[in-house]
Amino acid sequence: MKFFEYALPERSNLDEQEHGNGPVATPVDASTPCAEDPGPAATLGTPDGKARRFLPQAWLKLVGDSAGLSRIARAWSLALVGIGVFLLLWQNTAGNIETSLGQFPGPVQVWQQVLNLKQEHLREMARKEAFFARQEARNAEMLAQDPTADVRIRPYTGRPVFIEQIRTSLFTVAFGFGIAMLIAIPLGILCGLSQSFYSAFNPVIQIFKPVSPLAWLPLVTMVVSALYVSESPMLSKSFITSGITVALCCLWPTVINTIVGVAGVDRDLINVSRVIRLPALRHVQKIVLPAAIPMIFTGMRLSLATGWMVLIAAEMLAQSPGLGKFIWDEFQNGSSDSLGRIMVAVLVIGILGFVLDKLMLMLQRRVSWDKQSVLR
Amino acid sequence: MAVRKILNSNIVRLVAGCSSALLLATSLCAQTGFPEKDELVFGFIKLTDMAPLAIAYEKGFFEDEGLYVTLVPQANWKVLLDGVIDGQLDGAHMLAGQPLAATLGYGTEAAIVTPLSMDLNGNGITVSNEIWQQMQPYIPDTHGKMKPVIKADYLKPVVDSYRARGLPFNMAMVFPVSTHNYELRYWLAAGGIHPGYYAPHKGDTSGTLNAEVLLSVTPPPQMPATLEAGTIHGYSVGEPWNQQAIFKGIGVPLITDDEIWHNNPEKVFGMTQAFTEQYPNTTVRIVKAMLRAGKWLDENDNAHRQEAARILARSEYVGADYEVIANSMTGTFEYAKGDIRQVPDFNVFFRHHATYPYYSDAIWYLTQMRRWGQIAQPKSDDWYKDIARRVYKPEIYRQAAEALMAEGLMSASDFPDFDTETGFKPVQTEFIDGVSYDGSKPNAYLKSLTIGLKDEVL
Repeated sequence: MKFFEYALPERSNLDEQEHGNGPVATPVDASTPCAEDPGPAATLGTPDGKARRFLPQAWLKLVGDSAGLSRIARAWSLALVGIGVFLLLWQNTAGNIETSLGQFPGPVQVWQQVLNLKQEHLREMARKEAFFARQEARNAEMLAQDPTADVRIRPYTGRPVFIEQIRTSLFTVAFGFGIAMLIAIPLGILCGLSQSFYSAFNPVIQIFKPVSPLAWLPLVTMVVSALYVSESPMLSKSFITSGITVALCCLWPTVINTIVGVAGVDRDLINVSRVIRLPALRHVQKIVLPAAIPMIFTGMRLSLATGWMVLIAAEMLAQSPGLGKFIWDEFQNGSSDSLGRIMVAVLVIGILGFVLDKLMLMLQRRVSWDKQSVLR
Repeated sequence: MAVRKILNSNIVRLVAGCSSALLLATSLCAQTGFPEKDELVFGFIKLTDMAPLAIAYEKGFFEDEGLYVTLVPQANWKVLLDGVIDGQLDGAHMLAGQPLAATLGYGTEAAIVTPLSMDLNGNGITVSNEIWQQMQPYIPDTHGKMKPVIKADYLKPVVDSYRARGLPFNMAMVFPVSTHNYELRYWLAAGGIHPGYYAPHKGDTSGTLNAEVLLSVTPPPQMPATLEAGTIHGYSVGEPWNQQAIFKGIGVPLITDDEIWHNNPEKVFGMTQAFTEQYPNTTVRIVKAMLRAGKWLDENDNAHRQEAARILARSEYVGADYEVIANSMTGTFEYAKGDIRQVPDFNVFFRHHATYPYYSDAIWYLTQMRRWGQIAQPKSDDWYKDIARRVYKPEIYRQAAEALMAEGLMSASDFPDFDTETGFKPVQTEFIDGVSYDGSKPNAYLKSLTIGLKDEVL
């Protein structure tokens, strides 16, 4: 124990030292993942990883001098110009596309549908209130007639509003992503630590990695219906089905990136661990995990993005509540508002995907080993 | 505390059970006991004839019966039926053929019963613009007078030319045991076009044996898109999907099912037999609420239909545009573009005793299943009547009707005379081919139809 207390400061010293000349960042962020997963891992890993690490400090510096301020303003105005050009192009192109459901919706029509959805939301909330008021009145009447009557308040029976569907989608993806991470990170660490493990599992990983969610879905549906039997289920079957489908598809990027991250831990760090004779678990906890965290997070961010994409498809096919089902129902309705409403959902999906990615970034900053370097 | 609660609820159930037993014994006392199950989930398909469910919900008729109902749209008829069978749904808006086929074991086998019919008529047959153009030379010219009823005779030369060129002529209906399938087949056969046989005993359930027109299954809301894509040349479906074709300019409705068979029975409300036995009060209360909805829809010469169309146009129900739904719901039907005709009985939800579950209606569907080979072997007249009695439950309907009369919500004139009603309608003659149908003699009826199986086995 004592040995350990001694070991810790030394290790952070080590880190401090190394940080100055940057070797810690290099092996972890380096392009090793490219061999496994060239495209996305490379884009997310290398340039972003560094920028992310120094971002808060960079911000402080930027705000410090006026040149930095003008640079921020420039970045923002460029972004606004980009969005503006996109909206103009969209409005113009949309006006020229005639479908059998009417014109393709431009930004104006989509905004109209956003307002419509808000209107519907408010109406549904009012109906919900009225529903509970009626129910209470009815229950009181029942009790007056028969004091022993079994009265209770039942949940609202109306349709889920758009916000609730968004919430369901987020819960489902969180559930699926959670399961996937519980499997992927330990598996990745095992495979990264041991070459034999890696050789054994690699073929399986490579085979399942490219499988589409649509292929898994029928199998998952049948297995869930067969195995998940309960009188009053806490989670609905459709929720579990789409959650597991998400898990099966978003497992792989994390597994692969974790393997790469763990396998690429700096030899010096491993040697230190050897010298101080850390037990296996401690070794993982104190040396492997902190060093591999940037890569693990790269994988997790890819996984979350995959999961979010898969979820929409799974919900559409499994008819489980959520944004995918919203899109499918609107498509089925075939009303002149349908395309606009679908477009609203498309934008919401995009924005939420972006927000989820940012959240992962923030989480990474919280747990990252290098946070200390930032704090210093 | 918990024990007391259980005890209490058991007493309530006991009291409820006793009262329903009493009710069976003496229908004079028409009070319905508390519902045994009050949180219910019903499935429906996005079609205007789901209206009684939407109205019973929106107008609070379900809540008046102490029922808290959630309505859930289903992807297709198979998913809906499976949902009812495995208990995810407590009941559903069903094709009349579904409870019968499930009881016979054609498709998924299960004891499904129906205590009430939901409506009469409401379907149509639509073809693509291209086929409509090709039919033009064969449609008799009436010189602007009465528009002719479009018979399949006028389609036959078009089908023949496709066959001569070796091209398949594809049409879609919504389900193998759907009203739409039998209506489309009836219409085609009446015009001398063979729609093909089923041969389930040989494992052939495609229904295209000897077919001149190949029929396939497409879920109702996808009909217009499938027609537009050119996969099919025409379809038979409920509203609003025929009017949708006109509004989108992709097809032309030829004929309504009312013209094929005047006031034909359409959807039913299906539940498992186990549900009706386990929850008798709930069942009666469901029927009561839906009867009130049906009456509301038809009251004062369809006075509420516009409001109903507005409700159905919401995205959680049918969701199509109000104008499209209102077209047929308010008693008009647009055939070719601009050819709008008054069809006040296009959708009938209550008048003409539309909700009563007639055995003869069930038997008509059974005869069509036999006619096209879904029932592979010839059956006796008694067999037909026996199956009809197992599936159609006018006794539950009667309890609900009497409770409504006792509450003063409805009068005896709204219902058939229960003391003399046999469940068999008098001989019906208003078919497009002039053949008459007597529900008490199914085998004789089968023999009177030109195309179709009689005593033979394929």
